[in-house]
Amino acid sequence: MKTTLKLIIVLFVTLLVSCGGKDEKQKEKFSYQKKTTTEKTTTPKAEKIPASKRIDLANKGIGPITSVDLGATIDQKMVAHGADVYKKMCTACHRVNKKFVGPAPTGILKRRSPEWVMNMILNPEEMTKKDPLAKELLMEFNGSPMANQGLTEKDARAVLEYFRTLK
Amino acid sequence: MKNILKSTLAILGVLVTFSSCNNSSNSNKKSGALASNVAEKVYVAPGEHDSHYAFLSGGYSGNLTVYGLPSGRMFKEIPVFSQFPTSGYGYSEETKPMLNTSHGFVPWGDSHHPDISQTNGEIDGRFIFINENNTPRIAKIDLTTFETTEIIEVPNSAGNHSSSFVTENTEYVVAGTRFSVPIPQRDMPISEYKGNFQGALSFISVAPETGNMDIKFQVLMPGFNYDLSHPGRGKSHGWFFFTTYNTEEASTLLEVNASQNDKDFIAAINWKKIEEYVNNGGGTMMPANYAHNVYDEHTHTATSTMKKEVRVVNPSEVPGAVYFLPTPKSPHGCDVDPSGEYIVGNGKLSANLTVHSFTKMLAAIENKKFAGEAYGIPILNFEDVLAGVVEQPGLGPLHTEFDGQGNAYTTFFISSEVVKWKLGTWEVLDRKPTFYSVGHLTIPGGNSRKPQGKYMFAMNKITKDRYLPTGPEMEHSAQLYDISGDKMELLLDFPTHGEPHYAAAMRADLIKERSKKIYRLEDNKHPYAAKSDDDTKVVRKGKEVHIYMTTIRSHFSPDNIEGVKVGDKVYFHVTNLEQDFDVPHGFAVLGQNTSELLVMPGQTKSSVWIPTKVGVWPFYCTDFCSALHQEMQGYIRVSAADSSTPIKWSLGEDIE
Repeated sequence: MKTTLKLIIVLFVTLLVSCGGKDEKQKEKFSYQKKTTTEKTTTPKAEKIPASKRIDLANKGIGPITSVDLGATIDQKMVAHGADVYKKMCTACHRVNKKFVGPAPTGILKRRSPEWVMNMILNPEEMTKKDPLAKELLMEFNGSPMANQGLTEKDARAVLEYFRTLK
Repeated sequence: MKNILKSTLAILGVLVTFSSCNNSSNSNKKSGALASNVAEKVYVAPGEHDSHYAFLSGGYSGNLTVYGLPSGRMFKEIPVFSQFPTSGYGYSEETKPMLNTSHGFVPWGDSHHPDISQTNGEIDGRFIFINENNTPRIAKIDLTTFETTEIIEVPNSAGNHSSSFVTENTEYVVAGTRFSVPIPQRDMPISEYKGNFQGALSFISVAPETGNMDIKFQVLMPGFNYDLSHPGRGKSHGWFFFTTYNTEEASTLLEVNASQNDKDFIAAINWKKIEEYVNNGGGTMMPANYAHNVYDEHTHTATSTMKKEVRVVNPSEVPGAVYFLPTPKSPHGCDVDPSGEYIVGNGKLSANLTVHSFTKMLAAIENKKFAGEAYGIPILNFEDVLAGVVEQPGLGPLHTEFDGQGNAYTTFFISSEVVKWKLGTWEVLDRKPTFYSVGHLTIPGGNSRKPQGKYMFAMNKITKDRYLPTGPEMEHSAQLYDISGDKMELLLDFPTHGEPHYAAAMRADLIKERSKKIYRLEDNKHPYAAKSDDDTKVVRKGKEVHIYMTTIRSHFSPDNIEGVKVGDKVYFHVTNLEQDFDVPHGFAVLGQNTSELLVMPGQTKSSVWIPTKVGVWPFYCTDFCSALHQEMQGYIRVSAADSSTPIKWSLGEDIE
């Protein structure tokens, strides 16, 4: 317990230092309680993992999708369609490999059930109101709402297949 | 001394008691059982929908307003003939062509008479048409988007007032001219009006599938004032009726000189006959110049085309197509009952209401019984075509509507009332005062074979003491009546916007089911659309800079732009990537000389900005879009005209 706390503090400090280092060229940079430090002081319980990092494969979320049958092999045709839909409908807020306005989809299926992912795409209003994890995510991402882009279930399924290829 | 004081106090006490007594009895009167019953009839509980749509002309606002009945709540102002900074209509690059005319860009209009499209004589709720009186134009509004999608200018017309009424299957939307003018327009003495000026009645065809408008033909009539009109229906389908005044053909002091004749005319036009003549090559193509502006829902852009000729027909070319029905005293409204048999002429200077019979008119034509002619057009005998007279129902009749139960309702401007009377027996059944000086009235489903009864609303010209005062200028009042019983019952006063000359109303179900929620991004064919983050860019073409920008809750992409110079013509092409209902984003930049843009989901709109000052200027979203709306902003750096700052753009480069 104590060691994890220490570890996390070390991590935060490193983060802060690296942040500062990167911006050295800029002069008189003003900073007041950046979020990382705030979290440290207000949530001393170190085991509180942010929603985006938490693993919950049992939660299927709330929405039209109750079960998804992921094939043994990845359907490349579906992947191509999914990548296209993702590019058109999702890239305004999501980058493949980094946190942007919303979280990155890479590795999402290690943390979430396929049903949860599709329900989040198809039914974001209800998810962010009722699903505990989605609610926490909304707050973690500054209250920036997941937009309902009006995807069909078929489109959402294709996007999911595309996510399977992001590792 | 003490006694005097005491008695004074006592007297005061008595007075106070008396006056408070009065007060309480007054308030009792107002909140009686009857009043609360009326309140229930107009109460639409939060979250519930009104049962009817009402589309009220915005008069000199140039627009069309959308209301709910019975609540009298205004839902939307649809920009039609006037620039509308709220959405950027008439300011954005895409919509500026909508207001183009042969007189150049006209930023304002005077809208008058909305009418909803019909199929088989019944209101179908696809389109609503409205006329512009001042610079004659007819507009079409698509009722799936509630947006103006087409405007056609009407050449040879002046004071486009007896418009825009549709025939039973929306074959035509018809536009008559209130003012006669020289045709073609030319430099001539005003005093030579009589016999030289003409009045054009325009039949604008409406394509069945697309609704596209095209002037099929214009009938060039004698130089009278063509005041209002309505189509025949049922048995009289194929005819159109126009009231006229100033058959004296006066060109000055009309309030005296146009009131000399005991009777003016209702002009009956057999448009089917003229259509046949035209289809066989009849009529003459005359040179003209008029704008036809069409908005494309996929490119989100309007184009304006100048048309160079119009087909005109003189009544003398088509014998048996046009007749005059004598009608007393400068008739204003010209209203046809649901069966198509009765044509009501509301003689505004007459004490009586004149009702003509279509059957009798046909018989008189058949028997060639004419009282004379005017410029070659046969005049029928008043007695031969008269169905009946409603004797002295009120003063200053203007307009009549019907409930589909055999009753008619006529407004009286001077005596300020609505009078209910019976078709066929011509007896007055009821009268209710209006507050004040009513003009038009509307019954939902009016101008059709099947009016939808239940409600009637009167649109008043004077508001005076009905609302809290707002200085010398105030909105007009409309009043809603329940007409489901034998007697009309006043339910509600509600304010209108501009002068609501006329309104069209209908049951809500047809329209609300079809109302669009978003524009599909994949259908967006705007040449400057950025349909995903990949498409965003900034491109310089000489002095023009095109910014392909996207919006989504809650950021612009790009939100940092550099390399723009003073004097550049900067185009912000803003595409809203949202695909969810009711998530518009706005766009405004400091110093913008036009208006903001309000961009609906899936839509692209463009605003031009010519920066005049060096600096770093912010732009932001004007429509509260999410909890992070206040964060939805960006900067554009403007360098000196001779600087060499390169074009650069970015979004979120600091975010890791």
